[in-house]
Amino acid sequence: MPEIRNYTLNFGPQHPAAHGVLRLVLEMDGEVVQRADPHIGLLHRGTEKLAESKPYNQSIGYMDRLDYMSMMVNEHGYVKAIERLMGIEPPLRAQYIRVMFDEITRILNHLLWLGTHALDVGAMTMFLYCFREREDLIDCYEAVSGSRMHATYYRPGGVNRDLPGTMPQYQTSRWKSPADVKRLNENRSGSLLDFIEDFTNRFPTHVDEYEILLTDNRIWKQRTVGIGVVSPERALQMGLTGPMLRGSGVAWDLRKKQPYAVYDRMDFDIPVGVNGDSYDRYLVRVEEMRQSNRIIRQCVDWLKANPGPVMLDDHKVAPPPREEMKADMESLIHHFKLYTEGYCVPEGEVYSAVEHPKGEFAVYLISDGANKPYRVKVRPPGFVHLSALDEMSRGHMLADVVTLIGSLDIVFGEIDR
Amino acid sequence: MSEKLDRLAACLEEKIRDQIRGIHRACDELTLEVSAGDLLRVARTLRRDPELGFDMLVDVCGVDYSAYGVTEWSTESSTAEGFSRGVEKATFGRFTFDETPPVSQRADPRFAVVYHLLSVAHNHRLRIRVFCEDDEFPAMPSLVEVWNSANWFEREAFDLFGIVFNGHPDLRRILTDYGFVGHPFRKDFPLVGHVEMRYDPEQRRVIYQPVTITPRVLVPRVIRKDHRHLDDAAEETSADA
Repeated sequence: MPEIRNYTLNFGPQHPAAHGVLRLVLEMDGEVVQRADPHIGLLHRGTEKLAESKPYNQSIGYMDRLDYMSMMVNEHGYVKAIERLMGIEPPLRAQYIRVMFDEITRILNHLLWLGTHALDVGAMTMFLYCFREREDLIDCYEAVSGSRMHATYYRPGGVNRDLPGTMPQYQTSRWKSPADVKRLNENRSGSLLDFIEDFTNRFPTHVDEYEILLTDNRIWKQRTVGIGVVSPERALQMGLTGPMLRGSGVAWDLRKKQPYAVYDRMDFDIPVGVNGDSYDRYLVRVEEMRQSNRIIRQCVDWLKANPGPVMLDDHKVAPPPREEMKADMESLIHHFKLYTEGYCVPEGEVYSAVEHPKGEFAVYLISDGANKPYRVKVRPPGFVHLSALDEMSRGHMLADVVTLIGSLDIVFGEIDR
Repeated sequence: MSEKLDRLAACLEEKIRDQIRGIHRACDELTLEVSAGDLLRVARTLRRDPELGFDMLVDVCGVDYSAYGVTEWSTESSTAEGFSRGVEKATFGRFTFDETPPVSQRADPRFAVVYHLLSVAHNHRLRIRVFCEDDEFPAMPSLVEVWNSANWFEREAFDLFGIVFNGHPDLRRILTDYGFVGHPFRKDFPLVGHVEMRYDPEQRRVIYQPVTITPRVLVPRVIRKDHRHLDDAAEETSADA
């Protein structure tokens, strides 16, 4: 009788279901996983070290590129750290804008997660549905920051500029007839807030569509129910946060428990799972999209009723307006100092955590009083979640590893940094 | 928030009085300093004691304090020299692989490991800072058995700072390339790195060679004593005392 041995299987680094550059070394007994050893770092860019060599504001753009699926929430964590060290607080309108865009980002992230996760498991249609709605939200990013992905919109002391009064319009072209353009521009005739309001009216129906396709789908349930079960004790022990922790039944959400910005003024619920398997995590995330929609709607209503400044009027932190700079010597000096040297942040350290779509995203900032941070440590939720993959995948089949990677919701920009 | 921190600080004083090297409060956060020898014992108490109940280790972070307070441009006295001529090369961003940045003479230990703990049960946070006693061979007891989430974070701190975690089950490099030499987040590691990789058409293989890019940090590192923050700093020191 021949000797039976485990064999190792290389999964990735270029595999469509690896969600980026993940190299997974799997030790297999037949088709059953005995050990999973993720090799990460293929996207390591040294973001933290780069941030230490630049003035504070120049690193905001790097934060977008950490988790490149939830850009503005990363910025929020970083900007909040600086604000807390300097002891400044942005105007209320800026905080509402931040909360609104945090939630838009959460929907963006969950839509991408849902689309790709379902695609990995074999449901092609979901991908197309989710990207249809993502398009509208990415247009909101574009309208407010000029960029469809890496916005660099939040600043210490507020946001870069106020919400625009007009939405970008579709133009007639070889591929779009005037009738098409008229239909596409229908909800773009008003301001950005009108467009978002229209979206919040439509979105719950779209979520229903996703749920019709998946929630009671036999194949979807066969692939996700009972896969990667994590008990609440193990979830805490392994450091899981966000939907991964809530899927296991722990009602922990920083937006409720340690509220920042204006989350304490918002009315929303935290969905919690029961069994801690991939299916529960799916349900939690889908419900989170509905709750985010509620928060966005509350922000839109408030923002429509309350115009005001969106940036601190402190020119030691925020640059003076362009017109002032042309006429006023003091403003010119402030502008020059801010853009050549930046501002100095008082000596100290701060750990600023936000409820990221993936979990707890935090920036630990040490300042020695200079215009550049002494140490920036990003606490990436995906990094911790991926480290739990070994334990979660043991005893499952190879095909379930794909489900698990999807269920973890990982993006390599933040894991490798 | 501050009452909660008061209670937590009092509770810590009561439970682990002998192990506390220092306890600071700033920005609504509590920082605890302990020695490396006491770390495991303190960690077990923090996790198991029902009143403290730190059930989650959120973050582990290495810090290299060797360049703390180093500046490249003097701000307190004026010079006759222009901006760019007045800049002294002092931080890692301005050096390349064949130069060594000046090492500052500090009395304190060079490396520290910072842990961030979270209690889901009581909704409070705590930061622990532990200095590595030996600068040449920084070592720290591993906390993997207390909190499993420490596993990859400790591998990361080992990879980036060269801090060895005694008792770690699988201390390998994690973020850098296979066969990487050095610890990139140390303050004496140049920003541009030591080696670069390219395909050599003559040898028909991928080779490593010394970096050819030049350091290009534009803004000097500057510390300004800002009068707006001086009052706060004075208040904080008096509050600590």
